[in-house]
Amino acid sequence: MTNENLIHYIHGIADNSMILGQRISELCGHGPNLETDIALTNIALDLIGQTRSYYQYVAELSPKDITEDDVAFLRKEREYKNVLLVEQPNTDFAYVIVRQYFFDVFHYLLLKELEKSKNVNFQAIAKKSLKEVSYHKRFSGDWLKRLGDGTEESKQKTQQAVNDLWVFTDELFHMTKDDQVVADAGFGVDNSTLKSEYYTMVKSLLEECKLLIPEVEYFQKGGKKGIHSEHMGYILSDMQFMQRTYPDMKW
Amino acid sequence: MTKDVHIDTELFSILKSVPDPEIPVLSIIDLGVVRSAYLEGKNAFVEITPTYSGCPAMDVIGDDIKTELKKNGYIPNVKLILSPAWTTDWMTDEGKQALKDYGIAPPMDATSDKEALLGNKRVIPCPQCESKNTRLVSQFGSTACKAMFKCEDCEETFDYFKCLI
Repeated sequence: MTNENLIHYIHGIADNSMILGQRISELCGHGPNLETDIALTNIALDLIGQTRSYYQYVAELSPKDITEDDVAFLRKEREYKNVLLVEQPNTDFAYVIVRQYFFDVFHYLLLKELEKSKNVNFQAIAKKSLKEVSYHKRFSGDWLKRLGDGTEESKQKTQQAVNDLWVFTDELFHMTKDDQVVADAGFGVDNSTLKSEYYTMVKSLLEECKLLIPEVEYFQKGGKKGIHSEHMGYILSDMQFMQRTYPDMKW
Repeated sequence: MTKDVHIDTELFSILKSVPDPEIPVLSIIDLGVVRSAYLEGKNAFVEITPTYSGCPAMDVIGDDIKTELKKNGYIPNVKLILSPAWTTDWMTDEGKQALKDYGIAPPMDATSDKEALLGNKRVIPCPQCESKNTRLVSQFGSTACKAMFKCEDCEETFDYFKCLI
């Protein structure tokens, strides 16, 4: 296992948190009510905080003299390795919650395994993050129940979000060559082993809220290879605006 | 703060005077974020750990420690460590009392915390009137480390410092 394998592996994990954190932070000041606004902003903050720990580690491993900021603000779209799920837009509150829940369950299962990594940095970040992600999962799961088992309209909108976002769930379990190398070395997690528990958990909650589980012919993929949906460019142009416009600016 | 945390006596009172920027009644010692502090000559080495990964107070805490150490004639070396992860168990009793006096319900034990945050039981007493007739309003309060509750008796809303173990 080379440092390059390791760096690519970290991007695969950290870019999810970065992009989802950025996505949710768009809602700061625009949440449906004060409590959910604050909750979502806090979740965004947790995710971006976790990302910082991973990116600092990337900067340490990199042969170049870079910092966490370079990793976040100076990479191009193709160099981002997040899954397509996390870049999907904040269409409405139902989408925000369903996307969050679909990701939180995966994130929770991933960190529970990453905690056992042979790599001390991964252990430390995973232990810390797991505590936070347990809250995220509880928040999104509770709201999914309320929306899915709520009014006629909330149910219909939530079902729509489930139908539209379901096709992005399978990619969470894809393994790149780098992922495999790092997992085989006992540093990383083999995501494919999380799949059955994931679908059991998600399906049981959907059934509890009387939502239908979509049946799809094929799943969308590409993000993990750097091939993103049309939404990704807009996220990065917003997020990287300052560094691109005023290179090397400092806060 | 746990027993295995070593803080040199010369540094203790200095660090004790640094408040949490978001909850100023709580010193960083009482919050339990200082994991070690020792002197080597004039060099002061301090290790701190974040309460939450994204806690925006950490940068401020780091800077405040440096300022205080410099003021006392030491050369500050502050390091942020992630492991072992912070838990509310490291908060001192003095710290918990200070929170309560300030109007924030201090963290309960893990079981009560779960019951309360899942809305199963009413166990978090109101820091104003002690009533247990309180309900969860939101799992996230004014900061990531707190949840929002409302007292059904005195009708005050209040923050509850979430239990993290």
